[in-house]
Amino acid sequence: MNKMSFHLVKREPMVWYKNVFVRAIAIIASLIVSAVAITILTGKNPLEVYASMVSGAFGSSLRIWSLVQNVAILLCISLAVTPAFKMKFWNCGAEGQVLIGGLATTAVMMFLGDSLPYPALIVVMLIASMLAGIIWSVIPAFCKALWNTNETLFTLMMNYVAIQSVAFFLKYFVKSGSGVLAPMSEYGLPVLFGQSYLLNIIIVAVLTVLVYIYLKKTKHGYEISVVGESENTAKYIGINVRKVVIRTLVVSGALCGIAGLLLVGGTNHTISTTTVDGRGFTAIMVSWLGKFNPVYMVLTSFLIVFLQRGAGQVSTDFRLPSAISDIVTGIILFFIIGCEFFLQYKIVSTKSGKEND
Amino acid sequence: MSETSAIELRNISKYFGGKAANKNVSLSINRGEILSILGENGSGKTTLMNMIAGIYFPDEGQIFIDGKEVVIRSPRDAFKYKIGMIHQHFKLVDVFSATENIILGIDKKEKFDHKAAANKVKEISERYGFDIDPMKKIHEMSVSEKQTVEIIKVLYRGADILILDEPTAVLTPQETQKLFNVLRKMRDDGKSIIIITHKLHEVLSLSDKVAVLRKGEYIGTVLTATTDESQLTEMMVGKKVSLNIERGDPKNCEERLVVRNLNCVDREGVKILNNVSFTARSGEILGIAGIAGSGQRELLEAIAGLQKVNEGEIVYNNPKTGESDNLRDKTPMQIRDLGVRLSFVPEDRLGMGLVGNMDIIDNMMLRSYRKGHSVFLERKGPRYLAEKIIKDLEVVTPDAKTPVRRLSGGNIQKILVGREIAASPTVLMAAYPVRGLDIGASYTIYNLLNAQKEKGVAVIFVGEDLDVLIELCDRIIVIGSGSITGTVDARTATKEEIGLLMTKSVEQGGEA
Repeated sequence: MNKMSFHLVKREPMVWYKNVFVRAIAIIASLIVSAVAITILTGKNPLEVYASMVSGAFGSSLRIWSLVQNVAILLCISLAVTPAFKMKFWNCGAEGQVLIGGLATTAVMMFLGDSLPYPALIVVMLIASMLAGIIWSVIPAFCKALWNTNETLFTLMMNYVAIQSVAFFLKYFVKSGSGVLAPMSEYGLPVLFGQSYLLNIIIVAVLTVLVYIYLKKTKHGYEISVVGESENTAKYIGINVRKVVIRTLVVSGALCGIAGLLLVGGTNHTISTTTVDGRGFTAIMVSWLGKFNPVYMVLTSFLIVFLQRGAGQVSTDFRLPSAISDIVTGIILFFIIGCEFFLQYKIVSTKSGKEND
Repeated sequence: MSETSAIELRNISKYFGGKAANKNVSLSINRGEILSILGENGSGKTTLMNMIAGIYFPDEGQIFIDGKEVVIRSPRDAFKYKIGMIHQHFKLVDVFSATENIILGIDKKEKFDHKAAANKVKEISERYGFDIDPMKKIHEMSVSEKQTVEIIKVLYRGADILILDEPTAVLTPQETQKLFNVLRKMRDDGKSIIIITHKLHEVLSLSDKVAVLRKGEYIGTVLTATTDESQLTEMMVGKKVSLNIERGDPKNCEERLVVRNLNCVDREGVKILNNVSFTARSGEILGIAGIAGSGQRELLEAIAGLQKVNEGEIVYNNPKTGESDNLRDKTPMQIRDLGVRLSFVPEDRLGMGLVGNMDIIDNMMLRSYRKGHSVFLERKGPRYLAEKIIKDLEVVTPDAKTPVRRLSGGNIQKILVGREIAASPTVLMAAYPVRGLDIGASYTIYNLLNAQKEKGVAVIFVGEDLDVLIELCDRIIVIGSGSITGTVDARTATKEEIGLLMTKSVEQGGEA
């Protein structure tokens, strides 16, 4: 008669402070579990490992600038994929769209750097990078709108085309034949107050606000939500779904192009096939975790970059294989994503037998 | 009460997110008995039955079968205790035959012996008077045949306790009678039958006793022989309600919308509308009756500009300009630009009429957000409209910022109908506007439709409850397999007459 059993019950929406509390518990729990894992696997003191993580991210002003710059780039790409994802257009091609935007920037720097006055050069770089990103995103959107092709596969394929295009470009145009393009710092984006990353950060901050307004306050943003929530409703109220899909992917591609501009023009001043370094995909996670809200996405992109940079530092400080830091990152993300489940459901125990209620 | 009950529930409760879907429900059924579970939509009937069928697990309480306490954790457990449930939405594989569907998921060898299985299916059919071809494919079947397959499926597994969830919702009056005869035979054979319904006359004609639920709470069980409609209604609703619709005579009738020889095909090229012609007049409610899926949806969507038309015309006579426009091949935007004030309450409320995840204000904007040249949204007007509808139609909601998905079915529908009426239409089309609504909310909707008719709107009402169609409408056209099979005067027509028209073309012309 005293059989106990457990089952899941959907929760009412929680008040905000409980919400924060659950997330805080998740982070603490993840740190404890990671600590146990670190001790078992390496025998190191977990507190020292965490200290090294923090120092890797915040240890010096150079590290802080680099952290914020990386957050800015990741956030920019996340902002780019968000309108498409909100519309349930699974744009997995940010990687390629950013890279091709970067390639367009590189090409402008290389071929027009000498002949154009500097302000004009910057404008041409901006236009070229955006156009390149748009072309890369609109081709799949067009095929989706006309022939209902699968956008996930299509955008993934476009990534390879972009990577190979960069490889071809480097092989063909780099005179030395080394395939490595020397940085062209003289044609880069302007440096503000002696801080080479400051302009990137300001641009992304402005973009964050603009994307927020675009999604929440404009008719376009409203149409994106309606199409994403229900295509039938969109048709019922007379929204031209194809038009919205293509228009949104133009926005998405243009933002990816800008991310490419910031990476090449603002940071690296050169390009390689790994310039984007998987951030086109990480951005999807940032966007989802941030519930497609640009303000939350600032936090999620910060978290991810912090973990990555901290983990890198741990590897060097303790001469540990990078797999260990990947494990720690994985554990922390697991808890943070896992706690979403407990925000939606609760576990209830049932006693079969005597009931008091 | 000397014999032990076939199944007994004691103090069963089930909560969803803190809200009680069932609270302290206790009831029992004997062998050879038909029990009706009566209650309005949302009163927890299906939830309760799903706990017996192993789909949900009760939070509190006990279930006894033949006097022994049991724990039912899965449909497989339920099957072990010889409980079988026939769901409202059938769970059949379309490309399989009746027999294949029936033996699907059985662990025995007979799974591979179709001939023996078919014979057993035949034997069950003959015993209870089912009319079925065991080799017929599901996609070739009518709704009533599919239901038969579902019933045989649970009988084949040896079920002694059968639960039917709203089995008559999709049937014509004739098919309903046939089903009831079968159920009576099963009862006489010693089976226990539980039937979930909200239709009073069915309860009275079929069951031995009635258990009434209201808002998840168990109100009581009465013997059918000792009760009547008004007592049951009172138990169900909690207060006395008069079930009359005030029907005024049509005034100032003009031909508002004339549909001529409309033909449509679906994506696979199958004809879904076949030479449909009718006229909707202002100041009149035109009913459309028919078995679900006979082309009602496509007909309304064709008029609204959502369904491609292959042949025919849809003429709108504009009362303001006196001009006639053909709406065929126009998009919803073009129709609105012509000055046609056409409102449409679609069948699929959250999938088409509203966006579930958006709040009430944003749902109000769906129709009007394009107004003005600004690139920004204007939320003041929609907020005002949302608050007005909440007040006028007594919508139960925490505030106008609540996502509509969280509201109950009746309140969702009030918001949709309220928005469509707010556009002051000249033609108002409503597809199954009271489906899933409780009695109070249903009558609110009927009154709103009647008020629109008084105002001179041409109202087109697609309904499933023939009693309501006869009471509410002025004229009724009947649609069967995409063709109009008859037009009747609602004031003189009978249910049986309409029922016959509903199946007319199916019997004559075969299936599409």
